Amino acid sequence: MGGVHPHDMKISRDCALEQLPVSPTVYLGVAQHIGAPSVPCVAVGDKVKVGQVIAQPGGAVGAFIHSSVSGTVKSIASRPDLAGRCTTHIEIAVEGDEWLEGIDTSDTLLTTIPEDPKAIVEKIRLGGVVGLGGATFPTHVKLSPPPGSKCERIIINGCECEPYLTSDFRVLLEKSEQVVVGAALLQKAMGGVPCTIAIEENKPEAIDSIREAVSKLGYAQIEVMEMKMMYPQGGEKQLIDAVMHRQVGSGALPISVGAVVQNVGTALAVYEAVQKNKPLIDNSVTVTGAGLPRQANLLVRVGTPLQDILDYMGGIPEGTAKIISGGPMMGRAVANLQAATVKGTGALLLLSEEQTRRAPETSCIRCGKCADACPMGLEPFLLNKLSKTKDWEACEANAAQDCIECGCCLYSCPAHIPLLDNIRVGKGFVLSAIRARAATKK
Amino acid sequence: MSVLLGTVVVVTVLGLVLALVLYLVAQRFKVEEDPRIDEVEKAMPGANCGGCGFAGCRAFAESAVKAPNLDSHFCPVGGNETMGKVAAILGYQLKEKAPMVAVVRCNGSCEARPRVNEYDGYASCYVKSLLYTGDTACSYGCLGCGDCVEACQFGALSMDPATGLPVVDEAKCTACGACVKACPKHVIELRPKGPRGMRVFVSCLNKDKGPVARKACANACIGCGICERTCTHAAIKVDSNVAYIDPALCKLCRECEALCPTGAIHGVNFPKPLDKEGVKERIKARTAKKEVKDE
Repeated sequence: MGGVHPHDMKISRDCALEQLPVSPTVYLGVAQHIGAPSVPCVAVGDKVKVGQVIAQPGGAVGAFIHSSVSGTVKSIASRPDLAGRCTTHIEIAVEGDEWLEGIDTSDTLLTTIPEDPKAIVEKIRLGGVVGLGGATFPTHVKLSPPPGSKCERIIINGCECEPYLTSDFRVLLEKSEQVVVGAALLQKAMGGVPCTIAIEENKPEAIDSIREAVSKLGYAQIEVMEMKMMYPQGGEKQLIDAVMHRQVGSGALPISVGAVVQNVGTALAVYEAVQKNKPLIDNSVTVTGAGLPRQANLLVRVGTPLQDILDYMGGIPEGTAKIISGGPMMGRAVANLQAATVKGTGALLLLSEEQTRRAPETSCIRCGKCADACPMGLEPFLLNKLSKTKDWEACEANAAQDCIECGCCLYSCPAHIPLLDNIRVGKGFVLSAIRARAATKK
Repeated sequence: MSVLLGTVVVVTVLGLVLALVLYLVAQRFKVEEDPRIDEVEKAMPGANCGGCGFAGCRAFAESAVKAPNLDSHFCPVGGNETMGKVAAILGYQLKEKAPMVAVVRCNGSCEARPRVNEYDGYASCYVKSLLYTGDTACSYGCLGCGDCVEACQFGALSMDPATGLPVVDEAKCTACGACVKACPKHVIELRPKGPRGMRVFVSCLNKDKGPVARKACANACIGCGICERTCTHAAIKVDSNVAYIDPALCKLCRECEALCPTGAIHGVNFPKPLDKEGVKERIKARTAKKEVKDE
């Protein structure tokens, strides 16, 4: 149901993953994931090595943060993040590149899967792995389903349906075997359930490469599925529907229909954390935009200031109006270039003045394109109106809280009405009302 | 002729019969309503703004008639005058309330608070606040899209293009609180109007540490605490790097305003401009006297 077909614009698809040189200073935020911010466990002046724990989980839904560089802790202070919000960052001045003992930095592929599922989950927890599809939900929490629910299938999300983004594609292509081992580890962690690696059909090389790796490694019950090209095919609920033909209810988690979805990047991080003892300290970032002299897929250490990445790419080209963290559909414009990357940063997209121009808003002509496009089956034109009139109860009755903010309505609207902007307001009020009700019930 | 006459007779009789039926039904299913509800509603301003916390003037009247006293009912728009009428109708004692006014607690003008990025999204403060912290380095101040202006039903708010901040027209402001609710940054506060409109308040909400706040905005409160230390009425508290003046304790001496190094404290509607040097001399003399006493 729903969805749109934006031009895929994957101009960086032929650029092999390359290592970005380590920046002279990195800033590691303590709130890089959904859940409680982590608590720093190093002091100013401490020497740290690559992979050393520098912040511990601040709650049940939390994650370890490891140093992505070796050097000295310069400060632990408040600093604006990508959205300009001031959060605590640990500043590390880089000296050399000394890794913590026990981390396997070789290229050897380790294919033996540990026997104990609990040990795998524990290693994922200690590795600070979070979902790299965008939501940065701590992976070990996702892998510990609440009592009474049972996982029936694990889905590795390799759709990468957003235009421009190619980092997952490059990982699928260049690290196929590692991704498959990661998938097998996730499969084992969930008790040996079947696993589907879902890849959109516009990435035939990746599909071939993964198929080859699957047949070569010979794990049981791992299949590769070719998905239709459609945005937002990679949305969690949309993917579950496409793979398992099951619909996740309003407000419910994927586990309620027996599904656990993990991103390709997460599968790779799981492989590295479990087999190589390497915590999540770097991730692949697509740096793209028509104005750039060259495109790239970079392996970036977490906490690298955006300015350093852009300098490496040859500076910001003239005429750049916006730098977007993420894809053009769901990504957010970056508010300051001094901000550092986080675990979930998957792309930097530079758009020109012309590409970012908003057409003037005109009246709704009741064409219904937004309702056709909405992958959640909502009525964006109605929610827009209700949100504007501040009728939060009606917003809730019309399921504003189910909006996944994919932007299909805005993309399809011929009247250029800022549908998503308004729906997001309604969704915010509805969600806080739901939370308040849950709190009073307790 | 007879056809015409017949029609008139039939319609008249039908009308009378139906009127009788309607009358009987109305008598049978009559809803007893307190006549005072209508009276109270008539006494209300009729703006239906919701500033009292009820859905409108009628809802307020219904609730007020049922209430044992008027403690939890106050029409901010009509003020003491309207409430006096309501109290007279209902035979209650009126507790007078100090008139309030909306106060914008941000002075981050375009000049003082440089823009660090450009926002070209949908022009709504709420939408903007959901996306990021705003186009200045201050994440606490006014976002400048005018949600408060849109919320005001009385035309009391307008955006000043020179400063990029909303301005309250005190003559029109009824303190209904619609702007307070509309502002996602909680920049607007309802404060007592003060004697002859005179009041002193801290026009900043920045909770960042001094240097960070100062870098973001030249007019920011840096939490230095000089106002708190100097205030002889214990009206000022500095909490999380920002000062707040309790209007109930403030005696309008304006010492804090004279001392504030960033000009974050504002005194309004005073008949004379503030003599900063004079006030400083006064404080100096007082502290010197105190030191002599202590010795």
